[in-house]
Amino acid sequence: MELFDLALIWAFIIGFGIIMYVLMDGFDLGVGILFPFAPSEEDRDTMMNSVAPVWDGNETWLVLGGAGLLAAFPMVYSIFLPALYIGVFLLLAGLIFRGVAFEFRFKARTSRYLWNWSFAGGSTIAAFAQGAVVGAYIQGFNTVNGAYVGGALDWLTPFTVLTGLGMLAGYALLGSTWLIMKTEGRLQEWAYRVSAPLLIAVLVVFGIISVWTPFVDDMVRERWFSNLSVIWILPALTLLCAFQIWRSVRNRFEGMPFVATMGLFITTYLGLVVSKWPYVVPPNYTLWDAASAYESQLFLLLGLLFVIPIVLAYTAWTYWVFRGKVRAGEGYH
Amino acid sequence: MELDPLILSRIQFAFVVSFHAIFPVFTIGLASYIAVLEGLAFKTRNPVWTKLSTFWTKVFAVVFGMGVVSGIVMSFQFGTNWSAFSQASANFLGPILSYEVITAFFLEAAFLGVLLFGRDKVPAGVHLFAAIMVATGTFISSFWILAANSWMQTPAGVEFREGVFHVVSWSEAIFNPSFPYRFMHMALASFLTGGFVVAGVSAWYLLRGREVEANRKALSMCLWLLLFIAPAQAVVGDFHGLNTLEHQPTKVAAMEGNWETSRNVPLLLFAIPDQENQTNHFEIGIPSLASLILTHEWDGEVPGLNEVAVEEQPPVAIVFWSFRIMVGIGVLMILFALAGLFLRAGGRLYKTRWYLQGMRFMSIAPFFAVLTGWFVTEVGRAPWLVYGMMTQAESVTPSLTGGMALFTLIGYIVVYALVFSAGVYYLMRVLYVGLEDADDEEHASDRPARPLSAAHVPFEIESGSHGVHQAKPANEGGH
Repeated sequence: MELFDLALIWAFIIGFGIIMYVLMDGFDLGVGILFPFAPSEEDRDTMMNSVAPVWDGNETWLVLGGAGLLAAFPMVYSIFLPALYIGVFLLLAGLIFRGVAFEFRFKARTSRYLWNWSFAGGSTIAAFAQGAVVGAYIQGFNTVNGAYVGGALDWLTPFTVLTGLGMLAGYALLGSTWLIMKTEGRLQEWAYRVSAPLLIAVLVVFGIISVWTPFVDDMVRERWFSNLSVIWILPALTLLCAFQIWRSVRNRFEGMPFVATMGLFITTYLGLVVSKWPYVVPPNYTLWDAASAYESQLFLLLGLLFVIPIVLAYTAWTYWVFRGKVRAGEGYH
Repeated sequence: MELDPLILSRIQFAFVVSFHAIFPVFTIGLASYIAVLEGLAFKTRNPVWTKLSTFWTKVFAVVFGMGVVSGIVMSFQFGTNWSAFSQASANFLGPILSYEVITAFFLEAAFLGVLLFGRDKVPAGVHLFAAIMVATGTFISSFWILAANSWMQTPAGVEFREGVFHVVSWSEAIFNPSFPYRFMHMALASFLTGGFVVAGVSAWYLLRGREVEANRKALSMCLWLLLFIAPAQAVVGDFHGLNTLEHQPTKVAAMEGNWETSRNVPLLLFAIPDQENQTNHFEIGIPSLASLILTHEWDGEVPGLNEVAVEEQPPVAIVFWSFRIMVGIGVLMILFALAGLFLRAGGRLYKTRWYLQGMRFMSIAPFFAVLTGWFVTEVGRAPWLVYGMMTQAESVTPSLTGGMALFTLIGYIVVYALVFSAGVYYLMRVLYVGLEDADDEEHASDRPARPLSAAHVPFEIESGSHGVHQAKPANEGGH
């Protein structure tokens, strides 16, 4: 009766959802991280206008991800959230503050500085928390019988602080290359200038993480070093993307830096996936251990197969409508 | 005293869900009201209906936006604080809650945008259709949420194997025994909330002599609605109570403050329940009335709290008093609806200041009725989370400590206090500016998934203005 390996299909759907979320929320979180450092208040208006029409879809991926995890991989849901308890709170608080700031900054005048801080602070905390979640996943969880038994702050280690900082730098780079693509004049010039140091920061942190991980994780070491396999093509592609970012920023290309940064994220993400496959709750549980009942996965899949193409079409349409440059003073808003 | 993660998690969930619930309960009712206004505008071409609809759509957008923000937290609460429950019930609750998200997404992507921003861009018929679909969508959304909640109250269609619920019949699990009653009760509660808020705000405008023609129409139509649904809610509530008596007799015993199973049980108007001594103090009641209401016989037998062990009883005082507040507000609602009818018959409806003032204050009453109603049903099933199958103590996250739970409880209170003060303050600004706000310019970044972008009322009060003529924020210059 079980015609398909639904757990595998679901792993693909959720994995796809995660990278979609990272890429699409990444650049607007990045714009938030860079917000306080912008040259002027007018530039901040332009920055916010550049993401205002498109950031909304990301909330959908996040909530759908939360509910989808509960439906398809309840073990992941019920181990990650307790293990990352404090971090999840910080993530949600950060997202709420920046989401509200988006709305009220446009309507505010004298209180605008409050919403500036709310936007920047919320974005920074949310980005750091997401990076720490990735680090905690690499680290693995202390579990017994499918339940988390570790402490409240087990997730907060030097390693996860590093992955948190890596995510901050990475999102900031996505944000700066997005601004290169979407703005012009002084703001664009500023974005070009900050992209180079951000790229270096990303490479340094990603480099340390890549060297560190095989030392703390036997399985990862085994997978990468036991024999020279095709998966080494992924870090090679990552470096190629990094080179492409550097070259295109230096040559003042407008679209390529952002595209190459997305490439850098995708190849790094795939590198992480092949390192850990098929463990979704390292070090003990695979995606098949964590899956919900077949009939439950099927019941929701039917609805989701219908809705995902619509989500994608709607998202694509939004980006199409708001394509082109945002100019100071004549923003979308 | 040691911090108990179970109690703190219960308080946290109650706080977060209560805060969340007040927004959707209003938007569900308001969406239907807007659909009716759009229908009237379409049919009669009277600009008054369009004016009312435009204004209330703006209010809808702000409240819907706050509901979305507070809802994000909800989808993670189950995992952070109730992970054992999540793990056990995911086979049913996971897909059901996900379908709610999918419904909400559809609503936003397809129809909310047309309703909020499409008035001048699409044909009037399409705009009306969008309004109807948004109203329908809010009901489909609540359908999933109430199916999930009702299943936890009266579980059906599942098998409990190896610590996990497995669905054997989706239709039995979704349409479980308490679902139809809860859904009807909640739907009427939404209409009552929408009706009393619109009536109260309209009364306030009438007291200030603002947009008299439109606001009289709004008040009048709301009062006709309330005249029928306020009493109807009492009837549905009675049926819901009888259903609860059948499936959760202990909850009814707590609602009635009835400690021992007996006949000729009085309806208590006042009492101070004493859980420790399993009795009430200072009872004031109407003899045999509870028996009559619950069994439809004067000497009918009503089950008492003594049917279950003391540790399986819910906190009686909370349930007992929440129930009385809910019913008291319900009675007040019926009286206000009837008073409206008499004043209307005498032609004094729009000039009776005490009545308009009273309606103004009644606009917040339904929120208290809804919250206390939920307290009755949620606290009343304690100590069970999935009734008769899984207790709250078994459901809480095993690794959770009291300190962690306290940290996030305080955290959420602070975050919500800041964010929703701003939200409610802004809502008040929108109400203050009122129907006269002429700013209906389009803004290219207005998005249905950012419902708040449908309102362009500035955040601060302009010095020297009184809310009728508003200067536009500086950054809204070019379009």
